[in-house]
Amino acid sequence: MRYIPHTEEDVRQMLASIGVKSIEDLFEEVPADLRLDRDLDLPEALSESELLRELQQLAAVNATPSDYLSFLGGGAYNHFIPSVIDQLVSRSEFYTAYTPYQPEISQGTLQAVFEYQTLICQLTGMDVSNASMYDGASACAEAVLMSTRATRKKKVLLAGSLHPEYRQTVETYCRYLEIELQEIPYLQDGRIDPEAITSSLDDKTAALIVGYPNFFGVVEDLTSLAETVHAKGALLVTAVPEPIALGLLKSPGECGADIVIGEGQSFGMPVSFGGPGVGFFAARQKTVRSMPGRLVGATTDKEGKNGFVLTLATREQHIRREKATSNICSNQGMCALMANMYLCLLGKKGIREVAEQNLAKAEYAKEAIASLPGFSIQFGGPTFNEFVVSLTGDLAKLLAKLEAEKVLAGIPLARFFSDMENSFLVCATEQHRKEDIDRLVDALKGGAA
Amino acid sequence: MEYPEDLKYTEEHEWLLIENDLVTVGITDFAQDALGDVVFVELPEEGDTVDFGKAFGVVESVKAVSDVYAPLSGEVVEVNDDLPDTPELVNTSPYEDGWMIKIRLTDPSELDSLLDVAAYKEFVEEQG
Repeated sequence: MRYIPHTEEDVRQMLASIGVKSIEDLFEEVPADLRLDRDLDLPEALSESELLRELQQLAAVNATPSDYLSFLGGGAYNHFIPSVIDQLVSRSEFYTAYTPYQPEISQGTLQAVFEYQTLICQLTGMDVSNASMYDGASACAEAVLMSTRATRKKKVLLAGSLHPEYRQTVETYCRYLEIELQEIPYLQDGRIDPEAITSSLDDKTAALIVGYPNFFGVVEDLTSLAETVHAKGALLVTAVPEPIALGLLKSPGECGADIVIGEGQSFGMPVSFGGPGVGFFAARQKTVRSMPGRLVGATTDKEGKNGFVLTLATREQHIRREKATSNICSNQGMCALMANMYLCLLGKKGIREVAEQNLAKAEYAKEAIASLPGFSIQFGGPTFNEFVVSLTGDLAKLLAKLEAEKVLAGIPLARFFSDMENSFLVCATEQHRKEDIDRLVDALKGGAA
Repeated sequence: MEYPEDLKYTEEHEWLLIENDLVTVGITDFAQDALGDVVFVELPEEGDTVDFGKAFGVVESVKAVSDVYAPLSGEVVEVNDDLPDTPELVNTSPYEDGWMIKIRLTDPSELDSLLDVAAYKEFVEEQG
């Protein structure tokens, strides 16, 4: 796709053919007092060299994992990205194409999406995956809506240990839909309280939404949660903000989850402010018609050759209008493609190996930090690549001191949980060498005073 | 095209079998023929109430997806449990095995708005 500006002649011809004198006339419908009658207050245009210098200065203000030692996780994870992904995805067929779904011209894209869906199904242990959504949080909100459609019930239980930003997104989506949201507390080991689930579950409950691992990095016992909610006819929705964990953990599908959603940024996308991420969404075959989003299917053409097409489009907005399963009728095509490439490059063995490294490095960091005086691991439940540390001293001061040394030690949790003023979330991935973790531990030492 | 004599009809191409206050509802032979192969039927649940003129279900065919409108207000006392797994019954047996729901009607005056077989036949023919 090329960017082709209009010539004055183009503009004149277009105006003439719709019978309008000037571009100004196109805005006639907007009342005059709402129109800006002056030019925008912008600085003078810069030359190319001046502009580049300004942009470089702005870019230099950013902190990136290459100039900071970062242990930040909490929903966006710093993993190694094979160079081939950037190289391939920079082909103009991929990065300039907008929602190319017509099977006549888009077999390549449709095949890539189909492969992505297949990989997500294998990873989550589910039957069907959609073509992807905006991000993990919006996929989570869509899963809540789907659970109410599939069960025709209006009450949803949200784990208190679910990613707080996922919870906020769910609350925003549900605000005017008469869906009752109820929070389920977590126990001292960081896992959801099963007794609280039992007492909140009733015949009106559509689903329980739980993180896997949860926001504190703790791995929930999904199998028993699935049994509990299924006994009452409710669904188990599993949110996976860090899907590298699925390289080691039993898949949510095997544990009995009914809908599995998550964030695919870990699969080949950098940690950058504001994204982009890619939400994945998978469910069971029996509820496929309640699913949101695009879905690519495999088929054969009239000559019997294999091909790919959008399928079950009758759920979607362009056909079902206000009764569509979702207002989302696009996908994160390029990011899904990157996730596809990442998973294909690593393969079954590779993703397990990355997951093992994450676990091993996080366990090393966890033990070393726990042995520092004044520091402790807040939750006893099993964790994957992140964990909550609490300390006796002034956390804000310590984190600021480390930041000045170009070490981002973790995410302070007070901004999400008012009772966690002295706690922070630390994440270690395969990107950290032993000496990186030792440097963190050294920097923290004495900070609890 | 079949038009059973003992049924009532609507302009939305539903048929009704009225037995006192119990009304069985489905879509007509004309409707199933126009839709083509039905691949999915979504119905309400027993105990739900349906309102006159409002959609109570969805029929999806290879060509289109259409709402099915309640011809009467009342409580759903039975739904055809075979339809989710064998939606093609709507095509093969629209007036018998392909029935959709049974309603206990609440407002008998709504019966006045229904068409008899002659009126429905005429309506279909006008539609061309």
